[in-house]
Amino acid sequence: MSLENNILVKLNNVGFQQNTKWLVKGVSLQVEKGKIVTLIGPNGSGKSTTAKIALGLFKNIEGEVEKYTNKIGYVPQKISIDWTLPLRVKDFMLLTENLRDDTVDEALSMTGVSHLKDKNLGNLSGGEFQRVLLARAISKKPELLVLDEPVQGVDFTGEIALYELIKKISEKLNCGILLISHDLHTVMSATDHVVCLNGHVCCSGTPIAVAKNNEYKALFGEHAAQTLSIYEHKHDHVHSSDGEIKKN
Amino acid sequence: MFDDFFIRALVAGIGIAFVTGPLGCFVVWRRLSYFGDTLAHSALLGVTIAYSLEFNIAVSIFLISSIIALILIQLQKKTNLPSDALLGLLAHSSLAVGLVVIGFLTFIRFDIMGLLFGDILAVNKKDLITIWVGGALILLVLRLIWKPLFASTVNYELAQAEGLYPDRAKAIFTILLAAIIAISIKLVGVLLITGMLIIPTAMARNLSDNPQKMVVFSVIGGLLSVFIGLFSSLEFNTPSGPSIIAAALILFILSLLKIKQTIQLKN
Repeated sequence: MSLENNILVKLNNVGFQQNTKWLVKGVSLQVEKGKIVTLIGPNGSGKSTTAKIALGLFKNIEGEVEKYTNKIGYVPQKISIDWTLPLRVKDFMLLTENLRDDTVDEALSMTGVSHLKDKNLGNLSGGEFQRVLLARAISKKPELLVLDEPVQGVDFTGEIALYELIKKISEKLNCGILLISHDLHTVMSATDHVVCLNGHVCCSGTPIAVAKNNEYKALFGEHAAQTLSIYEHKHDHVHSSDGEIKKN
Repeated sequence: MFDDFFIRALVAGIGIAFVTGPLGCFVVWRRLSYFGDTLAHSALLGVTIAYSLEFNIAVSIFLISSIIALILIQLQKKTNLPSDALLGLLAHSSLAVGLVVIGFLTFIRFDIMGLLFGDILAVNKKDLITIWVGGALILLVLRLIWKPLFASTVNYELAQAEGLYPDRAKAIFTILLAAIIAISIKLVGVLLITGMLIIPTAMARNLSDNPQKMVVFSVIGGLLSVFIGLFSSLEFNTPSGPSIIAAALILFILSLLKIKQTIQLKN
């Protein structure tokens, strides 16, 4: 298969302007099958905006988006469920596509929340809700997953487990993942390509290359660069949920 | 069998309740109560136009309500006024214009009370066909747009990102609202149609823990309101619209007991 066929979405020099202010400008990136692309950057650097451009949520954008798939799973950064709408986890799982019951169960157990299936969405904790959001996005076996801060509110061990799960999903479904995160060190082990944003692409490349980049250091500080590179050296092992180190 | 006016009103009411149930759920979920009100107020203008041009009333109301909905969407885009102010502006100005036009139409005898509050005697056989055929069409279209409409009600961006078309679903839903107002005006009246959409649904919310259940209870609530309301309208000689809505209110109050019970169980 040629490289061209593996591309799921490609942004060519895109930008988005709101009230005469550019939220992002001149961003180019592409997500391929089986690859994880991570967007990092400080608050307000246009990470979510870039993801939304890739998803086609804005109408008046600069540049162009080439999309080669319609099977998309999305975990938005913010989602609030209105109390006027009674919604159980199992109703929410079928929101955009009708799925078989065992498919729903499988996705819920992958993110460790099968026991919440009959619960009302409004009664979940932040971390539980986040796991349900992720389960919903992967249940329809998408070709492209867009995850906007998917582990916010999840406890620390759960966070690592979920990032490992995300890695596993990308291998199992052979889908491309566009991941947004600001937890620099946990996210890096799984990432194939990092794009560091600050209104524009400040640097990009493999995690190790980005960590050594001077602009990255200027943006996040020397300390962040260290944690990042330390993690690179460590990624021959994984932690089980009780914190024990297991060899790959 | 349809020769009896009461049977006609009852059959009309049943048809309306089947449609207001599911539509009402979306009105409540999407916070469109005042939007429904505005469309209903503009219906009076539709009625007067129908009379002066000797045009079909239901079609005329449907067209005018749809136009008002389009004007609203344009005003929302082009002005800096908040939606509730625009809704008020359109609701009251279309009501006022409608009433002024009625003042000019001295050559026709008008039953304003009937228009505003519904008239049990006004439903004829043709109306029954309009209600049941129109109602069936509304439900069919709602069934077709259910997925994108529901998904975007929960989260617009999620629906849009995953390839559903929320804007299209929203526009179609607006037209469906105009349509239900058009077919139910004779029985319920201009001022109370939104009540028929909202009150049985509010009752259903108190009794349901999932969306499907809420739709079913909303239909059941609407049907009960129609039965109780129309029988008491016949018994006490009250206008049909207010009687139906008052019955719905009683059901809503009864449903509050269920909430109280659930809260006690939790404690």
